[in-house]
Parts: sequence; C-alpha cells; structure tokens
Amino acid sequence: MREISSAKITEEVARLCMESNFELGEDVWRALEEGLKKEESPVGREILSQILENADIAKSERMPICQDTGLAVVFVELGQDVHITGGDLEAAIDGGVKKGYTEGYLRKSSLGDPLERVNTGDNTPAVIHIRIVPGDRLRLCVVPKGGGAENMSRIAMLKPADGVEGVKQFVVDSVRTASANPCPPIVVGVGIGGTFELCAFNAKKALLREIGSTHPDPFYAGLEKELLVKVNDTGIGPQGLGGRITALAVHIEVAACHIASLPVAVNLNCHAARHKEVIL
Amino acid sequence: MMAEYKLTVPLDTDVVSKLKAGDRVTLTGDVYTARDAAHKRLVDLLGEGKELPMPLQGQVIYYVGPSPTPPGKAIGSAGPTTSYRMDPYTPALIEKGLKGMIGKGERSEPVVDAMKEHGAVYFAATGGAAALISKRITKAEIIAYEDLGSEAIRKLTVEDFPVIVAQDSQGGNIYKEGQKKYAR
Ligand code: SF4
Repeated sequence: MREISSAKITEEVARLCMESNFELGEDVWRALEEGLKKEESPVGREILSQILENADIAKSERMPICQDTGLAVVFVELGQDVHITGGDLEAAIDGGVKKGYTEGYLRKSSLGDPLERVNTGDNTPAVIHIRIVPGDRLRLCVVPKGGGAENMSRIAMLKPADGVEGVKQFVVDSVRTASANPCPPIVVGVGIGGTFELCAFNAKKALLREIGSTHPDPFYAGLEKELLVKVNDTGIGPQGLGGRITALAVHIEVAACHIASLPVAVNLNCHAARHKEVIL
Repeated sequence: MMAEYKLTVPLDTDVVSKLKAGDRVTLTGDVYTARDAAHKRLVDLLGEGKELPMPLQGQVIYYVGPSPTPPGKAIGSAGPTTSYRMDPYTPALIEKGLKGMIGKGERSEPVVDAMKEHGAVYFAATGGAAALISKRITKAEIIAYEDLGSEAIRKLTVEDFPVIVAQDSQGGNIYKEGQKKYAR
C-alpha cells in the first residue's frame, strides 16, 4: 500500500485549477497556429490571432484565458494499491477546487441547485469521475468546462439501422446547430456506443486526448479525419463569422453496446480547451 | 467591402445606420455590463414604469460576467458570453434607446426586428479572448445589483475595444453571409 495524503491532493487540485485556466495546452496552441496558416477568411485570421495573443497574455500575467473558468470536472484514476490518508478523496478534491478558484481569482459559476440557482460561492462541488485501476499511483486531471460549449452538446439514441452514416450526420448537425455559440474553433468529442450515460461520459473523455494524436483503431482514425473535413466544410469558421477553421480536432471514444442500441453523444469544447493533469 | 471605424460611445443613429455586417470597429467610452439576471431585473423595472439604474439612450450593453479582479488590475478576464440568452429581454431595451450590444453568437428574429425598427447594432467580440479584452478596459465600477456577483451591472470604461459588426440595423448578418461564403 502506498500512502497519499488528502492534503497533498487538495494542494495539487488547487494548482491544476489555476494552471489549466492560465495556460493553454501546447497541443491547442499548435493547432491554433496551424489553423491561422490555413484560414482563408480575413475576419477568421484576425480572430485566431486574437485568440493566440490572448493565450500569451493569460500565461504571462497568470490571468484566466476565458472569464468563464467553468465547472471543475475532475477525472481521477486511483491505483488500487493507494491508500488515501487524512480525509476522504472527494472532500480533498472539493477542497482543492475551492482553494484554486479563490486564490486564483477564478470565476465561481457553480449553483448548488439547478432550479433554486443560488451560487455556492466557491465553485464546488466539482464534477468528479473516479476509476479504480491497477497500480499504486493516483492520476488527477482537472478540466474547467465553460457553459457556452457545454450547452451545445447533445446525445441521441440512434437506431442500429442508422449506422455510421447516421452517426456522421448527427455529429455534423450538432456542430451546425451550435454554430457560433461554443466559441469555434472547437474540439468535438464524440462518444459512440455504450449505454446512455456511458456514451455521454465518453464524449467528454474524448476531449482530453491530445490534439494531433490519431485514434489507435484505423477505422476510427479514418472516421475522425472524415468528420473533421465535414465539420470544417460547414463554413462556420472562427467565432461563427465564416471561415475554414471550425474545429481543431474530432476525437472519438467507442464502447461496446446493446444489440438494440446505437447511442451517439457529442460534447463540444471551445478553443479554450483547458485541462491539466498530474500523476502522484 | 469591410470598413474599419473608431467609434466613441454613446452612439448616435447616423453612426449606427452606416455600420455594415463584417465591419471592424473599435469602441472607446463607457459601456454597461449585464447578463441574464440583470436583464430580467431591468425589464421588470421597465414593466413597472420605474427608472433604470443606468441610462439607455445611445448606450451599449456588453454581455459579460468577468472573473474576479486581481489586485493591481482594473478588472479580471472579461470576454463576451452567449447573447441568445438575452434575446427575450432585448427588444424592450432597444425600444428605450439602446443602440449597441456586444456579445457572441447570433441573435433571433424579434431582436433583429427591433434593431431594424429603432436603429441598433449588434457587435461580436471574440469569445474566449478574455485576457486580451481586459487590457482594453481601463476602469470598472459596479453601479447596480452587487448581490449578483459577476452578474452585477458594471460601468466599464473601454479604450479601443475590438469588435466586429455581426448584425447591422438593416438586417445584414455576418454569421449567415460569412458561413455561406466559406461552406463547401
Ligand atoms: S465557450 Fe469557452 S471560450 Fe467561449 S466563453 Fe465559454 S468558456 Fe469561454
């Protein structure tokens, strides 16, 4: 048994909340620079330049890339040989979110109840996804998720007969309907298969993959490429003002599913595609 | 083709009517912030025939809920929020003299109709360029609804705030025109 203290977890989550909001990932940065070279629309190029300049300012001044610093979604992979000491894991994570969002001057956007709509004041509770894995390490990944892109996400329980064409159509339709709202250029996370909730979870998980990486399965690698072309052919462009760079990437996560089902979920991320992780 | 303008707020009707979808504009002067909750209160006040906490004639509302202000800065990060959520309230404010709005994403038909009838313009700022935009805000002062936190109404003094005319007072719409142009 390897011991990790809950205080250490709080400390690390607080740091990840701040860093993910101040520093755009290098993969996103690279993809935006590539996009700027390819964008044909002058307005689109202007916007991409602003986004890159913004990332520079945010990093050097330790300011949030976007004022919507999101709900804190935290993916946890807990090695089964880890023993957490000094308090419970979820409370330690919430403690880190509270500390990070307060000390980092990040916006608190969490409402305790969706209908009463009163702000909790410290951006807790976090949305926590825990998986138990072999080994004695703890992996924490903080994903600040803004409302603009999240609100444009969708799920459909397609008929098996709809097949891959149905999936493609649903993905492209979702992007088209979202148009300017999720702050394009976007990252498109697609879950295919599983049950209703696993499919939605996988669409979010797909957003964490490095931009520019290829799917390990050649079929899905090809489908991702094809979907990226289709999505960019909508002409939505940066901020929806028209252009060739609507998305930086399409990422697919697949799961086994029931003989009667073909679920597909689309979770969108804006160009402020933030996530930072640590392995303890 | 697209023109570039340096404008000062308040805006008058002549200026508004020459702006075309796609034009690049920088704004200097005072703008007011308001999001969903503040809009609801403003429109409720109008309904009761009461006075608003800020002027509307010729003014510009910026849809933003900034992040908290760190020490030594005028404001935290302050990019636009999605505008369609304000659509149910907007026509009533345009009727009372509001000339400009800054946000992100397309506006609905009733808003466009009010913009055409009374002469108002909708500007897009770059969503997510929030640290950059904060550099163009030199002063921020809460003037109403402090209880709403980041959604309180603030008076922002802006200098060369970069925006694009997204929907103009004649029905021009760069979302529709631009997307059509680059679709394959
Ligand atoms: S969609 Fe993303 S970039 Fe746009 S305002 Fe929301 S968090 Fe910021």
